[in-house]
Amino acid sequence: MTVLEAENVSVEYDGVPALKNVSFRIEKGEYLAVVGENGSGKSTLIKAILGLTELSSGMIRLNGGIKKSEIGYLPQQTEVQKDFPARVDEVVLSGCLASSGIFPFYASKDKKLAVNSMELLEIASIRKRSFRELSGGQQQRVLLARALCSAKAMLVLDEPAAGLDPLISSEFYFLLRKLNEEGLTIIMVSHDIEAAKENADKILHLGTNIFFFGSADEYLRSETGKRFSGENAKYSK
Amino acid sequence: MLNILSELLAYDFIVRAVAVGLMVSLCASLLGVSLVLKRYSMIGDGLGHVAFGALCIAVAFNMAPLLVSVPVVITAAILLLKMRDNLRIKGDAAIAVISSSALAIGIIATSLTKGMNIDIYNYMFGSILAMDDQDVYLGMGLSVAVLLLFAVLYNVIFTVTFDEDFARATGLNVGFYNTLIAVLTAVTIVVGMRIMGTLLISSLIVFPSLTAMRLYSSFKGVVICSGIVSTICFFIGIVISYSFDIPVGASIVVLNLAAFTIFFAAGSLRKYF
Repeated sequence: MTVLEAENVSVEYDGVPALKNVSFRIEKGEYLAVVGENGSGKSTLIKAILGLTELSSGMIRLNGGIKKSEIGYLPQQTEVQKDFPARVDEVVLSGCLASSGIFPFYASKDKKLAVNSMELLEIASIRKRSFRELSGGQQQRVLLARALCSAKAMLVLDEPAAGLDPLISSEFYFLLRKLNEEGLTIIMVSHDIEAAKENADKILHLGTNIFFFGSADEYLRSETGKRFSGENAKYSK
Repeated sequence: MLNILSELLAYDFIVRAVAVGLMVSLCASLLGVSLVLKRYSMIGDGLGHVAFGALCIAVAFNMAPLLVSVPVVITAAILLLKMRDNLRIKGDAAIAVISSSALAIGIIATSLTKGMNIDIYNYMFGSILAMDDQDVYLGMGLSVAVLLLFAVLYNVIFTVTFDEDFARATGLNVGFYNTLIAVLTAVTIVVGMRIMGTLLISSLIVFPSLTAMRLYSSFKGVVICSGIVSTICFFIGIVISYSFDIPVGASIVVLNLAAFTIFFAAGSLRKYF
C-alpha cells in the first residue's frame, strides 16, 4: 500500500527554486533515504512533506487514511534547545500532544506510550534528568522517543546523525533499522550516503541536475550511485 | 515592618498599585518564560517604548491613555512577531528600529503640545501614583486570561516553546499561540509600564525566568518559580520604594537583580556538591 505520494513537487523561496519537479512514492513499511549535498533541497522536501512549507507546484498526498498527527518528526536540533530547561519526560510526552484532541492534556495511555518509547530507546533511566545536560547522542534519543510517540504511521527524520560521533551514529542507525523491521515506515534525510545505502530500502538522490529515485540496489548500479559511493563518498561527507 | 505595611495599605492609590503590580508581575513572569526561551527577550523593551509613544500621543490629544495604547501596542507586538518570520529584517534590528521611532514620535507629540512635563518623567521611570480603577480592572482581566492560558494550554505552550517546527509538523496552530502570547504580552506591558516605566518594564519579563532557570531544570519548575520570584520581588520592591522614597520601578529591578545573583550563586555552588 502506498502511504505517501509526491508528484512533480516544486518549492520556491522568494522566487529561487529550492526543489524542482520531485516525484516519488513510499510504500507501507519502507525505509526511504533522501540524500544529496547541502543545499540540494533535502530539508525543504521534508518541510514540504510535513506541510511546513508551501508547494509552488505539484502535490504531496498521504494515503491510507493517515493523518498528519500520526507522523513522527525528528527535526534538526535548534539553538533554543541547547539551554532549554526541560526534563526528559516532559520532552518525550510532548510527542503525544498532537493526538490529544481539543483538550490538550495527557491521558494515562499517553503517559504509558511515553514510558514505552523511553524504554525502547533505553533512556528510561534518565527520564528525570534535564535535557540540556545530556550528551548529543542522548538528546537525539530523547527527540526520537518524542517522535515515536506521534509516529503511529510514519517517522520522518532530518539528519538524525548530525553532530554524533561515528559509534553513536551507527548505534542510532541500528535503532532505526530495528524500528523499521517492526513495521514502521521511515523517511530519513541524510548527507551520509554510506549509511543510507546500508540501511534504506529506497534512495532518493536530490541535487542540481541529478535526480535518482529507486531501490538501494539500483542506486548502487546507477551512474549517480557509483559517482557518490565508495571513495568519493568519503570526501563528500 | 508591620508599621510600614499598615501605613502602605492605608493609601488607596498604593493598594491599587500593589494589586495591579502583583497581577502584572505574575503575568509578565509567566509569559516571560516562553519569550526568553524563544529568544524574544527584547520584545518587552520594544513594546515598552511603543507604549510610551502611544501614551504621549494620547495625553497630547486628551484621549484616554489605555484606549489608545492597548490597540497600538498589540498591533506592534503582532508586527514584531511577523517580522521575525521575515528573514529580510532580523528580529533584534526590527525591535531597535521600532523602539527608537516610537520614542521619538512620543517626545515630539508631547513637546509640540504640552511641553516636556512630569507625565513624561513618570512614563520613563514609572510611578506608583499612576493606577486608577480602569487599570485594576484591566489588570484583573489580564491575569485571568494569562492564568487560564497556562492552566489550560500548559502542554501546548511547552511544546510550541521547545520546538516550533515539531509542533507545527504535528498539526498545532503555532501562529495562533504565538499571536496569543504576543497580545497578552502587549497588554501586560501597557498595564505594567506606568508603574515600572518604559525603561524598566522589560525586566519584569526577562529577570524572573532567567533567575528561575539558574536553579530549576524542568519547564514546570521554571514556570512556577519564576511566578513566585516575580511577585515577591515586586512586593518587597514596592515596600522598599515607599520606605526609602526611591522610584518604584528601579527598586523592583534591583531586587530582581539581587534574586538573580542569589540564584546564580546557589546554582553554581550546587554544581560543586
